[in-house]
Amino acid sequence: MSSTATKDHPQLAAIFNRDEPRVDWHDETLWWVRAKRDIAAHKLPEWELLRETASQIKNNVLSNLSSYLEQFEANAIKNGVTVHWAADAREHNQIIHKLLSDKGINRMVKSKSMLTEECHLNEYLLQQGIDVIDSDLGERIVQLAGEPPSHIVLPCIHKKKEEIGDIFHEHLGSAKGESDPKILTETARQHLREVFLTRRAALTGVNFAIAETGEIVICTNEGNADMGAHLAEIHIASMGMEKIIPQRKHLGVFLRLLTRSATGQPITTYSSHFAKPQDGKEIHIVIVDNGRSIQLGREDFRNSLKCIRCGACMNTCPVYRKSGGHSYHTAVAGPIGSILAPNLDMEKYADLPFASTLCGSCSNVCPVKIDIHDQLYKWRQVIVKAGYTPKAKTLAMKGMAFTLASPALYRAAGKMGRWTFKYAPFAVNNGANPWYKHREMPKAPEQSFGEWYAKRKDQHK
Amino acid sequence: MSREKILAAVKANQFSHAELPDLEILSSLTNTNDNLVERYTTVGSAGGSFVYEVADYDAIKAILQKEFKPGVKIISGIRELGDYTFVDDVKHDLSHSFADVELCILASNLGVAENGALWLTEEQMTVRVLPFIAQHLAIVISKNSLIPTMAQAYQKIGQSEYGYGAFISGPSKTADIEQSLVIGAHGPRSLSVFILT
Amino acid sequence: MKVALFVPCYVDQFYPNAAIATLELLEKLGCEVHYPKNQTCCGQPMANSGYEHLTGACNNLFIGNFSGYDYIVCPSGSCTLHIKEHLHSHQNEAMAADIRKRVFELTEFLVDILRVESLDASFPYKVGLHQSCHGLRGLRISQMTELVAPPFSKPAQLLDMVKGLELVPLNRADDCCGFGGTFCVVEEAVSSKMGKDRVDDHIAHGAQYITSADLSCLMHMEGILRRQGSDVKVIHVAEILNHSIK
Repeated sequence: MSSTATKDHPQLAAIFNRDEPRVDWHDETLWWVRAKRDIAAHKLPEWELLRETASQIKNNVLSNLSSYLEQFEANAIKNGVTVHWAADAREHNQIIHKLLSDKGINRMVKSKSMLTEECHLNEYLLQQGIDVIDSDLGERIVQLAGEPPSHIVLPCIHKKKEEIGDIFHEHLGSAKGESDPKILTETARQHLREVFLTRRAALTGVNFAIAETGEIVICTNEGNADMGAHLAEIHIASMGMEKIIPQRKHLGVFLRLLTRSATGQPITTYSSHFAKPQDGKEIHIVIVDNGRSIQLGREDFRNSLKCIRCGACMNTCPVYRKSGGHSYHTAVAGPIGSILAPNLDMEKYADLPFASTLCGSCSNVCPVKIDIHDQLYKWRQVIVKAGYTPKAKTLAMKGMAFTLASPALYRAAGKMGRWTFKYAPFAVNNGANPWYKHREMPKAPEQSFGEWYAKRKDQHK
Repeated sequence: MSREKILAAVKANQFSHAELPDLEILSSLTNTNDNLVERYTTVGSAGGSFVYEVADYDAIKAILQKEFKPGVKIISGIRELGDYTFVDDVKHDLSHSFADVELCILASNLGVAENGALWLTEEQMTVRVLPFIAQHLAIVISKNSLIPTMAQAYQKIGQSEYGYGAFISGPSKTADIEQSLVIGAHGPRSLSVFILT
Repeated sequence: MKVALFVPCYVDQFYPNAAIATLELLEKLGCEVHYPKNQTCCGQPMANSGYEHLTGACNNLFIGNFSGYDYIVCPSGSCTLHIKEHLHSHQNEAMAADIRKRVFELTEFLVDILRVESLDASFPYKVGLHQSCHGLRGLRISQMTELVAPPFSKPAQLLDMVKGLELVPLNRADDCCGFGGTFCVVEEAVSSKMGKDRVDDHIAHGAQYITSADLSCLMHMEGILRRQGSDVKVIHVAEILNHSIK
């Protein structure tokens, strides 16, 4: 993360684009996932109704979140689960550290949780002397590589199998040069089985939390959440507070949408419903706010809290596909990340809402119908008004607004500017014109349409 | 401390009431009971499961005897398959002691045709880790227990109480390395589904 | 039928032939076309950059220019969408609302309002149709590949009426070209890569021309085609539909 912290999306994307065959490979891989999603969606004639229903359920959740949270907590406690509340990332990390240190545990296995990425839990626990091993294969790979995940569902989608082979050779002792996914997966299986069998604590994320029953649902294909949780003495589940759904029957909507949107599978291999701890063991649920209650209060952006983390918006986003997840320099990349991150730190993530052409494909694939591209547009307005844009850009925009508000000025600027490209609104920039790097300028015509029209009118008189 | 603070912030910021939508249309649109076995078999196989239609438990035994060599550790949660170690007899053993289980056979009474998922509760698993830690998993379900979609599945599950339950739709798998599908991630390397007709 | 022709600023300055074709086509189809000469720009370049609050004067100018017509027709999906979604005025909100209802992109106007069923046009070439995102997902002039819904395409429907024209299939029917307004300079690397990949898709399928209801996308792709020294040309859909209706 440190190397990317000071660069913005355009700079990081430009670095990613230095290796064009790799961009093509990344783009094709993700487009293939999008294509699988399309096939899966088209198998259900009721797909659009399903999306609309899911969106409405989440509307209901967001409008009654406080009472659902209280209901969930009461039912979870009734089930014998311990519930904790964390206002921010720091408190979340501290709660988990205390749970572990109270039991004298210094090693933990963890399945996929984007929330713990958001909270930088691994780094925090490492500083406290606690070793965390990520058990999702993709997460384990990026963990060994010392990188954050680049995609919320496909954490190491940016890595080639040869690179993974090298990492496994170095850390897990696989044969040098081995890059067969089957063999590498088997290597990880052996390594992680040992981890599952020896860890007293397991942390998981939460896909859905049901207010009506107090149970949590966790979805994986690998079975790593279950292996960790069932073998450990203590199962800690980190849960963003927006994960609530009202009733168990609503899973019949969300589980039909989640993986079809994510990877085109009809469902994950495992959809595990944890209600009560096993005899003699413990389940702890940490409900995390970390800016979510603030986002809930932003009328234009609250719908972003409907997100069920399927990653479909990333797979379809041409900018994500051609810039890579790390260029977003935040835990959740892509279009959804670009509307979530400014809520956490508007200055740091001021570039992200601009990392989009507003093409709108993200909103169309979103299983809960978040108006992602409209929110990107709205964040731009907020960020500009808050003063997080370069002064030169603001000056240029003011000049443009002034010119375009006056027909006379516009015509004059056009006469001069047609040749210099200076006033073409899409090319407002400072210094060398980036358009020209890979693209020719439009050819300047003899006359503008306005000029042609005036002459034509004269002729017709 | 934080609990009250968080709930107060949420309460202050949540907006006017929005009703829950009716799920009835979706349930009725998807409630087609034709060819459930065929649909289940197609989808289950595509998800990497081996799906068998069998007449009785003897047929299951015959298939398992062909697939698994004598001497490997097999745990069964089904009384009718009594040749194997019955799970009730070992249910008080430490979860970790099942690490060397080669095959685990369990019963389900809810299977979903649209996605190949089989619902098992803790009662059917006896030990939660069993269907995950075994190298191979077999699940037996009656033909009459198949339903079309998840909408009907949750109607059937209803308000029933369980400590733990899971939909299992195939062998453990991953496609994390370059999107190439590999069967056998952390859990079972195969799932055999026996549909009793 | 009194129709005002709304010619986006960059079309006026760089692609007058597309505007001329639009004007001629509408006249031949029986419209009384007016061109309010004091028009400049819809304000989208500022708004999409986060400066919608600077577009007030631009909006009032637009309202002044375009009030009182039955329809306002524009050969650009993107600019049409901007007016439909963002034209507001403190002084004249009622007039702004009226204009938002009356503004149409050219192909949707031809299909939905004029109900054009045949055209005396010929264009004997292989043509790739680029779906501009704002026309597609904003104005819905074609069905979007993400949705589970019946397919249709207003520009394709019109192009099918043109004699000799062969529409080529594409691997990605509606992926974005990467223009995106100021995106094309702010995110230069990704933008030009997106444009390059779009162009390659058309070329791989044998397109001799790339057409679209949006010139901004075409301008972007033309910049790439010309840099590559390609023979493939871009042409606005109006120029094809107006081709040889003499």
